[in-house]
Amino acid sequence: MTAHLKILRAGPGMTVQDLGRPGYLDVGLSRGGAADRLALHEGAALLGQPANLAAIEMAGAGGELKATQDTRIALTGAPMRVTLDGAKLAWNASHLLPAGARLSIGSMLGGSYGYLHIGGGVTGSHCLGAESAHLSAGIGARLSDGDTLTIGPDDGTQVGMTLPPDDRFGGGTVRIVASFQSHLFADGELARLQATALRRDARANRMGVRLEPDGDGFHVEGGRNVISEVIVPGDIQITGDGTPFVLISECQTTGGYPRIGTVLPCDLPRVAQTPAGATLQFRWVGIKDAVEMERADAKMRAALRGRRHPLIRDPHKMPDLLSYQLISGVVAGDEDEM
Amino acid sequence: MTVTQGPSDGFPVIRTAGVDGMLVTFGNTLTEPANRAALAFREAVEAATWDGVEETSSSLLSTYLRFDPLHLSHDTLMAQLEALVQRQDWYAADLPAGRRLWRIPTVFGTSLAPELRQAAQAAGMSEEDAITSLSEARVRVQTIGFAPGQPYLGELPEAWDIPRQSQLSDRIPEGALAVAIRQLVLFSVSTPTGWQHVGQTAIRLFQPETDEPFLLRPGDEVQFVPTDPETLDTMRRDPHGGATNERLP
Repeated sequence: MTAHLKILRAGPGMTVQDLGRPGYLDVGLSRGGAADRLALHEGAALLGQPANLAAIEMAGAGGELKATQDTRIALTGAPMRVTLDGAKLAWNASHLLPAGARLSIGSMLGGSYGYLHIGGGVTGSHCLGAESAHLSAGIGARLSDGDTLTIGPDDGTQVGMTLPPDDRFGGGTVRIVASFQSHLFADGELARLQATALRRDARANRMGVRLEPDGDGFHVEGGRNVISEVIVPGDIQITGDGTPFVLISECQTTGGYPRIGTVLPCDLPRVAQTPAGATLQFRWVGIKDAVEMERADAKMRAALRGRRHPLIRDPHKMPDLLSYQLISGVVAGDEDEM
Repeated sequence: MTVTQGPSDGFPVIRTAGVDGMLVTFGNTLTEPANRAALAFREAVEAATWDGVEETSSSLLSTYLRFDPLHLSHDTLMAQLEALVQRQDWYAADLPAGRRLWRIPTVFGTSLAPELRQAAQAAGMSEEDAITSLSEARVRVQTIGFAPGQPYLGELPEAWDIPRQSQLSDRIPEGALAVAIRQLVLFSVSTPTGWQHVGQTAIRLFQPETDEPFLLRPGDEVQFVPTDPETLDTMRRDPHGGATNERLP
């Protein structure tokens, strides 16, 4: 029998997300997919399944859910308060969600996007080869109270695993390369971009992140009448008032604002996760160094499964040891299911 | 800090777009030959099926390639692109094969497209002459962008070199035809815009749930055939909004 996930209460920014839809740039549709792609890889590693299976992305706050059958889950991305029938669960870990149990995911403790991964994945919009909602293109929609998602077949059994925590949820340094329009800016402006602390504005969505400079905005030399040209995720547009705006998952495919530089793909999860008010600092790198940084990131993603380790539980914090084990599941002994 | 890359004296120029993209640009102002070159060069890159190239598209003036820099180095791809650039005069190249001519029924003016009068005035024409000029022009899909399936079409006669308005209008509806800077945009979404709303069609350019989610392709040609509001109303039930198409030779 097919298992289902019921959304009892949906937070304001819950969508089904996978790695998106490549291949439609020529007809004006950007790839879309999870705002934090690394989180999808982490969830896949925790559950021992492919990274392209769809998960639930939660912007700002979570919601309440239950499954119709025993289901494996993992929680990654921005850490959030989470309980299972009232008992606290660890973030950045995999767990068993027993049939009918109430999973409550509350407010965010840092970062911007949390993820709930399901063993076997969930079905979403099922359109143009992907499940992810692409809100700006009108594909799929935010999840709402009462929605039911179909869970895919899951042949894994292992839960109770965790990954070392990452530091991408509070701002920090983000590496950038020159864009084909960087030459429209004076060298002094390019240097100042690197020297300026940028505070993430509250205005942000799945299309882009506005950054408020500590000081003056950035001035473009070549006039503002730039002919509309290709946009890629990571591009840093300088809008009319001199404010940098980093384009992320659901960016448009072309645009007329000049691009001062482009964030490395491997640093985009940090940009997407930086919460309102936290600061980012850009650092210029050369294209050859950037490729090596991407290579290192790909290696790190490939090694995620090997970095999993069993959750260590403190027996004093378990209200009822027996039920805890029933709920959370123990390591199933198939750690070599790679 | 990296060395920034600017266009040299001559086009075409090949530059990086982020870490995993290359952009081959054929000019810095929109001309028919530069747009033709961007379309034709993209077709040639697709035909080359280079290992490591994952996706291509064309903008008004450029061909874009997304590639995997971990498996195809920038130097190798740059050399491949330079050789392809040298192969022929791309500004005089044939347009891609398989293009179509679309005829899209359009209501010009009336309450459905309230900015015809001011646009005609800006172009120095009567409303009647404006309708004749816009409906007789056979325009090319120069690129698709901004929103899914949304074409930029051109090039219109010189009289239509009228500016975009600095103040954005209220939302214009899906299927709106709007003009500025010798181009037409046929909107696939409802959005505020600075383009002037001169016509209204019943076409739905992006239908994600259907077998043919995107109606227009870059390089297709389009003619906007005048119709009246009552006829357009009956066409709203047609998935193509009454539009027809035929293969171009």
